[in-house]
Amino acid sequence: MEENKVSDITLSPELFEKLDDSEKNAEKIAYESSTYLQDAWKRFKQNKLALIGLIFLLIMLVLSIIVPIISPYTYDGQDLTLQHAGSSLQHLMGTDKFGRDMLVRIMCGGRISLAVGFAAAAISLVVGVVYGAISGYLGGKVDMVMMRIVDAMYSIPDMLYVIMVVVAMGANFVSIMIGVCLTFWMDMARQVRTQVMTLKEQEFSLAAFVLGAGKSRILFKHLIINSMGPIIVTVTMIVPRAIFYEAFLSFLGIGIAAPQASWGTLANDAKGLVSTYPMEVIWPVLAICLTMLSLNFIGDGLGDALDPKKK
Amino acid sequence: MSNPILKVTDLKVHFPVAGGVFSKKQVVKAVDGLNFEIMPGETFGLVGESGCGKSTTGRAIVKIYNPTEGKVEFDGEDITKIKGKELSQFRKNVQMIFQDPYASLNPRMTVGEIIREPMDIHNIYSTKKERENRVRELLEIVGLKPDHIRRYPHEFSGGQRQRIGIARTLALNPKFIVCDEPISALDVSIQAQVINLLENIQKKMDISYLFIAHDLSMVKHISDRIGVMYLGNMVEIGEADDVYNTPLHPYTQALLSAVPIPDPKVARQKKRIVLEGELPSPIDPPSGCVFRTRCPNATERCAKEKPKAVKVGNRSVACFLYE
Ligand SMILES: Nc1ncnc2c1ncn2[C@@H]1O[C@H](COP(=O)(O)OP(=O)(O)OP(=O)(O)O)[C@@H](O)[C@H]1O
Ligand code: SF4
Ligand SMILES: [Mg+2]
Repeated sequence: MEENKVSDITLSPELFEKLDDSEKNAEKIAYESSTYLQDAWKRFKQNKLALIGLIFLLIMLVLSIIVPIISPYTYDGQDLTLQHAGSSLQHLMGTDKFGRDMLVRIMCGGRISLAVGFAAAAISLVVGVVYGAISGYLGGKVDMVMMRIVDAMYSIPDMLYVIMVVVAMGANFVSIMIGVCLTFWMDMARQVRTQVMTLKEQEFSLAAFVLGAGKSRILFKHLIINSMGPIIVTVTMIVPRAIFYEAFLSFLGIGIAAPQASWGTLANDAKGLVSTYPMEVIWPVLAICLTMLSLNFIGDGLGDALDPKKK
Repeated sequence: MSNPILKVTDLKVHFPVAGGVFSKKQVVKAVDGLNFEIMPGETFGLVGESGCGKSTTGRAIVKIYNPTEGKVEFDGEDITKIKGKELSQFRKNVQMIFQDPYASLNPRMTVGEIIREPMDIHNIYSTKKERENRVRELLEIVGLKPDHIRRYPHEFSGGQRQRIGIARTLALNPKFIVCDEPISALDVSIQAQVINLLENIQKKMDISYLFIAHDLSMVKHISDRIGVMYLGNMVEIGEADDVYNTPLHPYTQALLSAVPIPDPKVARQKKRIVLEGELPSPIDPPSGCVFRTRCPNATERCAKEKPKAVKVGNRSVACFLYE
């Protein structure tokens, strides 16, 4: 059919007369050009605590990757002639009860702790965003059922999940991560659902619908993209909590198995020595605290920076 | 006479509202039995107070809402249940311009992406280059600079954003556009420019508009015919000048008497009719004529029967006074 070919209809610039200049200049570009992310970064940098947190986290990441590689010691290399050594040039953080280098052990622990944190956040991100977005977008009965499931799961204490999964699957990296994710994805799902429910009523989503956009296009190109701020903030809040859960489990003795060690295990190993060799407890605890603190600062900073209302 | 491009028959749109646990389910009768037609190339103005169901009518026409009852025909075809290819064709033909230029553009997309989206959705043009050229062309048509293509909506003023929204709807070469208060969020100085742009486009592309507004004097300027709505019902339809100069329905008369008149001589002659009482809730509209609770001419009959639209000349009025 002739009229079905929209592109054939001739709507060319010649049909239109040019606006005269007075009309064109009546409205000037109102704001400086800058993308959303540039803006956000500018605002993030102004928050000094968040910036310090980010720098600390990056240093921690780099050190935990590099130190075990370049150090002459390994995390399980024992030196029984050098037990409980204090800080020295050979061992910057001293050694533990088997004469193992603490610095290398802390950094190897950092690898595990940070990996648990980021992996848990990544899984919660994917599962939570998909679940929450579908629930919020479809609404109605689907939403009700999906949210009642979350409510039911939410009513069980977090730690119970983690301990159940770890006990059932054995204590290892994967089981701890699954246990942690079982509770965290729900925070993400709820957050995303709320966002999507308000965004889908906004005129730009309606406009996309009227233009003929399909469900997945509206969901990804319009709704989820515009929920990015709260999503990122939720992610940065999940990482420290996951690190803490892992440390807590390890501290209880049901975490990562020896001779591998996360920060929690290291603290657990040394907890009997608080009065005699306090530094062996202080180092891993300091690592946990500072990392969690940094992540919380980053989360706060991002929350402000990514909020489009704060111009 | 040619056939109408849009024909709305007995359109009803009711929204369920969550009542309390023990109360029975209630509905908001946002639109409750509308009839009107729009001719090709015509601008039909739809006016009425806030909450009378103008937006709901427009949104039912572009299929954001499904009608509870009634029919909407576009080009002779009932579009309330179309799917697939027919729906996609309908989307190309019928578009909407929204009220709030700050909310109607996705803040995370560049102007280029926004205007290109309809072409991406409907696979118009095979190459990206062609689409991009078309975007530049559309920007020029709506009076923006083609090199604005990589900028984000927040960099523009309200009027410019509304132009971007207009360019987006034009990308599909629609035959019919629902304009839902497209200028009410803009500065007065900019309103006229956007109206001129819309009129220009209409002339060049032969588009029909359903133009929604709550200000009768503004609608009169742009519309060929006007429909006046009250509480989900159409109370009067007629030629723009006729409705404005000699309103027939008591509600239209009241609406117009509230308009300030620049000429004091005329103003003194015209008596002001003040609407008494509250606007009733669309959840529980009055029986019979919906306007009867505020109508100075209401009789007993008005509470019992619902007045049907009657022809008075080339006007249509839903009031017993004209039977
Ligand atoms: N999605 C919805 N769910 C429930 N009620 C709705 C919905 N949309 C509109 N309504 C109700 O329907 C009635 C008509 O609303 P509508 O937005 O069509 O009015 P309007 O004439 O466009 O008003 P305005 O001039 O303020 O835009 C109002 O009472 C409103 O509260
Ligand atoms: S039908 Fe009766 S109440 Fe309704 S507008 Fe006419 S006179 Fe007034
Ligand atoms: Mg409205």
